[in-house]
Amino acid sequence: MSTDTRPAAPAPVPPSRPVRVERRLPRLAPLGLYLAGLALGAGVSALTGSGLASTVVYGVVLGTLAVYLAARSVEGRRKATDRLVTCLVTTAFALAMVPLVSLVWTVLGNGLARFDATFFTNSMFRVVGEGGGAYHAILGTLVITALATAISVPIGLMTAVYLVEYATGRLKRAITFFVDVMTGIPSIVAGLFAFALFTLLFGNDVRLGVMGAVALSVLMIPVVVRSCEEVLKLVPNELREASLALGVPKWRTIVKVVLPTAIAGLGTGVTLAVARVVGETAPLLVTVGLITGTNLDPFDGRMATLPVFAYYQLTQPGTDTQAFLDRAWTAALVLIILVMALNVVARLISRLLAPKTGR
Amino acid sequence: MAKRIEVSDLNIYYGDFLAVEGVNVAIEPRSITALIGPSGCGKSTFLRSLNRMHEVIPGARVEGKVVMDGQDLYGADVDPVDVRRHVGMVFQRPNPFPTMSIYENVLAGNRLNSRRMKKSEADDVVERSLRGANLWNEVKDRLDRPGSGLSGGQQQRLCIARAIAVEPDVLLMDEPCSALDPISTLAIEDLMTELKDRFTIVIVTHNMQQAARVSESTGFFNLNGVGQPGRLIEFNPTEKIFSNPDQKATEDYISGRFG
Repeated sequence: MSTDTRPAAPAPVPPSRPVRVERRLPRLAPLGLYLAGLALGAGVSALTGSGLASTVVYGVVLGTLAVYLAARSVEGRRKATDRLVTCLVTTAFALAMVPLVSLVWTVLGNGLARFDATFFTNSMFRVVGEGGGAYHAILGTLVITALATAISVPIGLMTAVYLVEYATGRLKRAITFFVDVMTGIPSIVAGLFAFALFTLLFGNDVRLGVMGAVALSVLMIPVVVRSCEEVLKLVPNELREASLALGVPKWRTIVKVVLPTAIAGLGTGVTLAVARVVGETAPLLVTVGLITGTNLDPFDGRMATLPVFAYYQLTQPGTDTQAFLDRAWTAALVLIILVMALNVVARLISRLLAPKTGR
Repeated sequence: MAKRIEVSDLNIYYGDFLAVEGVNVAIEPRSITALIGPSGCGKSTFLRSLNRMHEVIPGARVEGKVVMDGQDLYGADVDPVDVRRHVGMVFQRPNPFPTMSIYENVLAGNRLNSRRMKKSEADDVVERSLRGANLWNEVKDRLDRPGSGLSGGQQQRLCIARAIAVEPDVLLMDEPCSALDPISTLAIEDLMTELKDRFTIVIVTHNMQQAARVSESTGFFNLNGVGQPGRLIEFNPTEKIFSNPDQKATEDYISGRFG
């Protein structure tokens, strides 16, 4: 069984060649074999009368086996192992993509029904059935997230600067440890912390937008510290020394050399931290609550936010259940778009602000 | 402008580790002083202690005196930041600021200290410094381009221009040519010879021919073994060091018989 299609090719390899020439499968053969395996798996699955899951499992196993055996018989052991691992890695990748694609697909399918102008211009004020929108929730999410960012970024960035530029020894280790612990805090705990804090300060039954911002900050600060710290560590020490050797004080070196050099990474880190908290539900549920009208003042009473809005649309529908479900899906879609937009912004920041080489 | 530096009984530590022990030396103004010696013998450490860059490393400290024109640089009332404004430094690897253009790089010492400058004055400083570093003709048409786009040798001359733009009294150079090709090395050696009329120059080098070519005085550092402190073995006029050194160790090192 020769894979070489050229008729004139000499069959025995001349022994004088320094590098061993190997027989190769044709370029598309592995893919074809894999697909054949998948088809066979589907057939077997249909015969045994099982569903989609077994089709996929049988197909993947048979496809991988077909590619491996073919490569083993034609190309030898090393190449066969290579093909086997390629199959496994590709399968793992496909598996990882399944939930993501399915999620986007479902949310798009259900959310597009109410993805209209009314949704973005109307609140839920005095709406119990159809119509209505998330105008108040979208703006509320933006206000509270902006406030949380305004609290977290200065604290987080300065902590990172302290850790990288000043801290030494035990204090540094302690701070790093507690930042790591804070990264793992469940979001409901952050919410309860803000709830308890503001109840102590302002008495019972207080619900403010700023409470939510504080709760989100508790979640956001460690993420900001971590990402900023990593980025600041990447700034070459030579630049700090160059600046210090010019007679520039340390704080000016940090403000004018270290931070500008790292600005792209800092912007990316902060944006990703924002994306991380923009969809938080639990802390906002207990601190900010929900209203049907538009309230943009985070220091005065309840506010609406997208995640909480989606939650209540789903769990407490009014007269027209389908209308409420549709709004919940659309709110989820808007949240996904928001997070995606933030990621795009992060990429743009890192591209636009990166130091130019000028070559 | 150029100033004389007298070092007496200088011990340099990294934490508890004594890196350089008992250095006594007088560095003459308007001349080039070269420091040679095997790797790890404390040449660079000694050089960095002359503008108090040594103490930037956590745990690093210095005992003894470094006196520049009658003032002890390690005196209790001396600000290390101010010392560094008078004693400039050029590093082994060219390190222009990547966020700044060529123009801004040269002005970095002034700008980063927020010194107010008129545009014409700033232009003057840039041109004078770049001419002083023999780089003006190569970059005068692209002053607004990033400094990191230059070649290695040009970057190093840019760093020299940046260092002399603040008009220091002393210029320290820590193996400024070790990352460069022979042509760039020659350009920088010529430059040092020109600069010595205005500055006191101290250069650390692994290249003994370079020390012989450019310097008036040479100091030889050595250490007895790993973990031992480095010492200044001999300090003499360059000619004497390379023809008839006082110490056996110096002669061994210069003729390649060491270790």
